[in-house]
Amino acid sequence: MRDAFGQPQSALVLGGTSEIALNVMTKLAMARCKNIVLAVRNTTAGEEAADTLRALGATVSVISMEGTRPETAAGTVEAGFDAAGGHVDLVIIAAAILGEQDDFDDDPAATAELFTVNTTWPAAAMAALRPRLLAQGSGHVAVFSSVAAVRPRRSLYTYSSSKSGLDAFTTGWAESVRSAGIKVQIIRPGFVHSKMTKGKSAPPFTTDADQAAANIVAGLSSNKLIIWSPPVLQWVFLLLRHLPQALWRKMPG
Amino acid sequence: MIPSSDATLAGWGNTAPSRATLKRPRSASEVAEIISGSSNHLIARGLGRSYGDPAQSAGGTVIDNRGLVQRSTIDPETGVISLGAGVSLDELLRESIPAGYFVPVTPGTRQVTVGGAIAADIHGKNHHVDGSFMNHIESMSVVTPTGTFTTSPTQDAELFWATAGGMGLTGVVIEAKLRLMPIETSYVLVDTERFDNLDALMEEMVTGDHRYRYSVAWVDCMTKGARLGRGVLTRGDHATADQIDLTKPRLEAPGAPKLSIPFTAPKGLLNKFSIAAFNEAWFRKAPKRKDAEVQSLSTFFHPLDGVSMWNRLHGPRGFLQYQFVVPDSASELVPQAMELLSSRSVPSFLAVLKRFGAGNAGLMSFPTAGWTLALDIPVGASHASSVLDELDGMVANAGGRIYLAKDSRLSPHLIPDMYPELTQFQAICDRVDPNHRFASDLSRRLNLRG
Repeated sequence: MRDAFGQPQSALVLGGTSEIALNVMTKLAMARCKNIVLAVRNTTAGEEAADTLRALGATVSVISMEGTRPETAAGTVEAGFDAAGGHVDLVIIAAAILGEQDDFDDDPAATAELFTVNTTWPAAAMAALRPRLLAQGSGHVAVFSSVAAVRPRRSLYTYSSSKSGLDAFTTGWAESVRSAGIKVQIIRPGFVHSKMTKGKSAPPFTTDADQAAANIVAGLSSNKLIIWSPPVLQWVFLLLRHLPQALWRKMPG
Repeated sequence: MIPSSDATLAGWGNTAPSRATLKRPRSASEVAEIISGSSNHLIARGLGRSYGDPAQSAGGTVIDNRGLVQRSTIDPETGVISLGAGVSLDELLRESIPAGYFVPVTPGTRQVTVGGAIAADIHGKNHHVDGSFMNHIESMSVVTPTGTFTTSPTQDAELFWATAGGMGLTGVVIEAKLRLMPIETSYVLVDTERFDNLDALMEEMVTGDHRYRYSVAWVDCMTKGARLGRGVLTRGDHATADQIDLTKPRLEAPGAPKLSIPFTAPKGLLNKFSIAAFNEAWFRKAPKRKDAEVQSLSTFFHPLDGVSMWNRLHGPRGFLQYQFVVPDSASELVPQAMELLSSRSVPSFLAVLKRFGAGNAGLMSFPTAGWTLALDIPVGASHASSVLDELDGMVANAGGRIYLAKDSRLSPHLIPDMYPELTQFQAICDRVDPNHRFASDLSRRLNLRG
């Protein structure tokens, strides 16, 4: 159950090997979160992640998920709740593909797959989550979007727009569960130095995964719909989203 | 049909709401019908004055006891009255004070039900003399999944003492026989004394409390250095008829609230600056020393009942109350706790410091002999969480405990240390509720049912 500070005791992470999500879970496990389920594509990597959390005294289950097959999303959610013992305080949706824009530009199959993993599967999972959360009478869902979702650009438009879709879906979904007392938050990290972004050129306002996790954990205990990391990006993007396209094109990063 | 609705429920601190089906039975048989007719978690709720999450049950059924209002007249020989669990102390006092009786134990508000008072085994300013609420209950009936039981200290005593302070986990209290205290007037003669530091205050409480039935100190935890813990000690006794001005009505029932906070205050209204300013003004307002001041029962016992919904002042994120007790052998924990909060800038409203007498046989009952300190803390200060975790450890090491009726954030691993009779309590819960039907957000958070 959540405590007065909004700290969860149980969590289900869909996309449990995401580096930022794992850093977030490490901080939550050091506090009250001792019952964790990681849904992962690669169970070997998932077990490694689980061991990190187990070392902090958490009980961790690893289940497999297939983000390329949206028809499996409901089953993954069900397995995740079962592994947690029936009640989950916090669900984090973190599964995503980033990739290189060049690989998607002229490739219909790769583009379709990225949208499946980043948008379709998470949306299907949230549709499966909704009745479960309403029945359990409390809950908190945090969905990883990205600052890139706010305004796509040439260098990353496939990823960005897939996150825009999920971000918009979550905004509406949050309204649909609001009166039932379910807390929903959209996480929009800026550029994070991690294995996912290795070798990419970094724009201003970057963080490492640990700083991003600290910002996100602070945000999770607030009542804000959108968690920005670093928080200053909220104001930066208030400006950037309205820049004329000709100027936006010239922005670094 | 038993009235039923879907509701979002939270404690008085407004911190972790959850949704449940709320049902309002009017009799023991309707309570039994609700228990047998549902398959999810159950817990009873009174007026929702517990600060945290003991009277809510996410995804379950919450049994509103406010339909259980039957009551007898007061027995003139013994002062005993039989009360439905949903009767509030306010309703009781409106009737009993004009008849010359006061409740033997009252918390800082009259807006609690008899059922809630039993579930938390509440205490008041007279604990060092009269003990807690359950010391004055002659018998009660409890509806559980395995039947209805009448319990008393001599009949099914194990269920009686498991229900005392058991946070509603043994079942639903339907009614109880309470021994009232005869009074000659509705006034208290109060001695007030102001102390510039904590040592002098605590010394006076140790040496002088036994001369008074009621004693409590209000302490400022936001000052630093030598003035840390400066406070105002108020102590008193019921006034007899010959001690008051006879132009006043001798036995006057409490009035309705004069003020109400109409909406939730904006975030951050109460912060370390506004709270420090409030504490300062309040300290300066108190007289250095004043003896035998005549105060009404309401002014002395329930000052906050004059303002309804005052919890809204704490803003949308709510607040928590932190109350611990430590034995006399660990009295140094009182200044240590204040220093910790002050040095780490955790804002706290006036703290309430009091001495407890010996505890009763309640397995989960909070009061034990020693010092108890209660603090109001706004949730906005996120670093407060780790500071309070640190304080929990100090309290547990000192052989102390946290009050479950106030808790909203304790870590479950400390419960067996703080409540050493937990296993016995769980065994009795299992006897009357083998399938663990009774559960609240509190019991699930702290794993109280095991």
